[in-house]
Amino acid sequence: MKTIMTVDDSASIRQMVAFTLKNAGYAVIEAVDGKDALGKLKGTVDMVITDLNMPNMDGITLIKGIRAQSSYKFIPIVMLTTESQAGKKQEGKDAGATGWIVKPFKPEQLLAVVQKVLR
Amino acid sequence: MEDIHRKAFLDEAFDLLLELETALLELEDAPEDHELVNRVFRAMHTLKGSGAMFGFDDIAQFTHEVETVFDRVRSGEAPVTKRLLDLTFEARDHVKLLLEHDGEDLSAFMPQADRILEGFRALNEGAPKPAPEEGRAVVQPTGEPEVSDGSTSVYRVRVKPGPGIYSTGNNPEFLLEDLKSLGSSMVFAHIEDIPPLRELDPQNCHMWWDVLLTTSSQESDIRDVFIFVEGECDYSIKTVEASGEAELKKLGEILVDRGDITPEGVTRALSGQKRLGAILSEAGLLPEKSVETALAEQGLIKERQEQKKGPDAASSLRVPAAKLDLLQDLVGELVIVQAQIKQLAPSLENPLMLTLAEELERLSDDIRDSTLAIRMLTIGSTFSTYRRLVRDLSTEMGKEIDLSTCGEDTELDKTVLDHLGDALIHLLRNSIDHGIETPAEREAAGKPRRGTILLSAEHSGGDVVIRVQDDGKGIDPDKVRRRAVERGLIGAGDELGLHETLELIFLPGFSTAQTVSSVSGRGVGMDVVKRVVNSMRGGIDIESKLGKGSIITIRLPLTLAIIDGLQVQVGEQSYVMPLASVEECLELDRSSMGTDARGRIINLRGEVVPYIYLREWFNLPSQGPVIEQVVVLRIEGARVGMVVDHVVGEHQTVIKSLGPAFRKLEGFSGATIQGDGTMSLILDVKRIVQLELDKKK
Repeated sequence: MKTIMTVDDSASIRQMVAFTLKNAGYAVIEAVDGKDALGKLKGTVDMVITDLNMPNMDGITLIKGIRAQSSYKFIPIVMLTTESQAGKKQEGKDAGATGWIVKPFKPEQLLAVVQKVLR
Repeated sequence: MEDIHRKAFLDEAFDLLLELETALLELEDAPEDHELVNRVFRAMHTLKGSGAMFGFDDIAQFTHEVETVFDRVRSGEAPVTKRLLDLTFEARDHVKLLLEHDGEDLSAFMPQADRILEGFRALNEGAPKPAPEEGRAVVQPTGEPEVSDGSTSVYRVRVKPGPGIYSTGNNPEFLLEDLKSLGSSMVFAHIEDIPPLRELDPQNCHMWWDVLLTTSSQESDIRDVFIFVEGECDYSIKTVEASGEAELKKLGEILVDRGDITPEGVTRALSGQKRLGAILSEAGLLPEKSVETALAEQGLIKERQEQKKGPDAASSLRVPAAKLDLLQDLVGELVIVQAQIKQLAPSLENPLMLTLAEELERLSDDIRDSTLAIRMLTIGSTFSTYRRLVRDLSTEMGKEIDLSTCGEDTELDKTVLDHLGDALIHLLRNSIDHGIETPAEREAAGKPRRGTILLSAEHSGGDVVIRVQDDGKGIDPDKVRRRAVERGLIGAGDELGLHETLELIFLPGFSTAQTVSSVSGRGVGMDVVKRVVNSMRGGIDIESKLGKGSIITIRLPLTLAIIDGLQVQVGEQSYVMPLASVEECLELDRSSMGTDARGRIINLRGEVVPYIYLREWFNLPSQGPVIEQVVVLRIEGARVGMVVDHVVGEHQTVIKSLGPAFRKLEGFSGATIQGDGTMSLILDVKRIVQLELDKKK
């Protein structure tokens, strides 16, 4: 079973993502912002889904922090963006993100992206 | 969206509004504080993003404008003014109202909303337009197929990832898998750019691929595979052959097309003698792989074109079966007359006559072979169509099954084969559905995980015998009995032997399947199979061992067959044995005869060979001629002798069925007319041996 970390300061989004992923058979670790996420980044984490706008440490910084650790250098990291943040997408990719999902998204779309990058 | 998520959002939203109010109040006192601005922005951003997620579209739309302004404030493009703060407080209150009245009619709040939004838009005036929004921003779930007309095209997709592709967590293997899932493909890996070990960085990607993809998907679907790796992976998608294109490209054209070589390079190479591909790779102009992939492309297109052309019109002909039947009958008569001439010729003592008789024999042999070949098809082609069926059905049923075949060369008349096809399919379905157990059940029973179905065909006497054998769970005679009683096919008190019980399966309206699956079990199957087999004057038999498996045997007569036979004499009558089964003929030396526990045996050059005394078999008075002959036959791998008065000789034998009246007659597979006009019965040697063995039991 694969483990996916979901990072978002919005509790409702975290809940929905965790719910969707758990139902699809993944184990889920929740974090409320970048700092919390790095603190929980231990052991097996197969993928990270992160929002970009968060207090304490935003998504881009988190992505850089994850890539700097050799154990997590190659895991897929997917950003949650909104349409008005086209520029952020490239910034995220430059920081090492694998792909993105645009909010609002449906559960099926989330799972499709997960299946595209995590096998 | 789930209600629990909506509820979670509502809770969160109220918290956010509280946070927003706090931040705005603090911001009033410290308009330069960036962190406060960030807090306001984030609250708005989350309200918008999460709101849209969970169906609160009015809130999402409303907060969009506010968020836009604060984004500009964040980047220093706009100042924090009293007007802005007042508007934001109003906006906050408005959102609170929307949340509190969620589910009710919100139209009363609209004018207020518009007024606030107007205010924000005024603040946004003069701002640079936001970048045009991206059209396709999210991966479509794979469950929605694109509508296509089903026709396929061939694309050449080149996938050339940059070396650093792994560092964004992307994997070229996944890209290739996604491409392969769109249709059927050939993948060629290019390893030419892999540096020597010393310079190799294992964290980089040094390979690239060419994929020849035959798919009915659109080009946009192929592009979708690469959404996340734009900029990190070079890729190109070229149509190699759209449906309907007729042109066949030369290898050189393909290579030039792909950018692998220049036209001059091709021309230069062509001025040599060898094939272009070999020349190019030998001259080091091109890595072998490029040539290989281009050749594969050429081959693939050629294949597709040939398939499209369809059966070659010139070299086949449709002939009504009745005409062939007539032809075969005439050939049969011809062979009989020819045999008569052959028998007569020596006695005429005319050398020319002898030569002509030989010539005639040769020609009629050829005619016989050709005519038979017209109608006869090997069963092998039918068998191979079943492989796919077995594979698909076993996957559907969650079982693992291997299909073995033997006797593919066995020839059958075409019409017989056609009728047989459907019957065999039904028998196979039965084996897969009801016979072979699931892998788990099989392992629990100590059997190998994979079940086996054996399809075999052979000639036996004048019949073709086809068997469907499985190593499944067999047929439960008790279940069969019970079901037959249920269906009123037998009385509750009727006593039946094992064989008779199994035969109940062939009665119409019988089925032991608990649920009628789409594959079999509708109760129309087995009795129809029996009817079809009987209509071809054949017979069907079933053997089964509970837990071990079942064997279904179908026997079909070859209505007209001409075989090479060995004519023998027993008493006053002559008989014919199939020459194919005969190994040798010997004079019988009474001193080498003996008996053992199993019965009569002969000592044949040290080998013990059991024999049957045909005079006895035919209930003739036991005194045969002083010197008798034994024909040693090979039947099912074993050697058996049959003692006859004498062996007459080899003859071409036209087998004629005995007719329905003699169907039950055991031991004979037909009759024939000899060259001198007398009739001989053709011995079913295998059956005779079997009956003899049964007698001993």
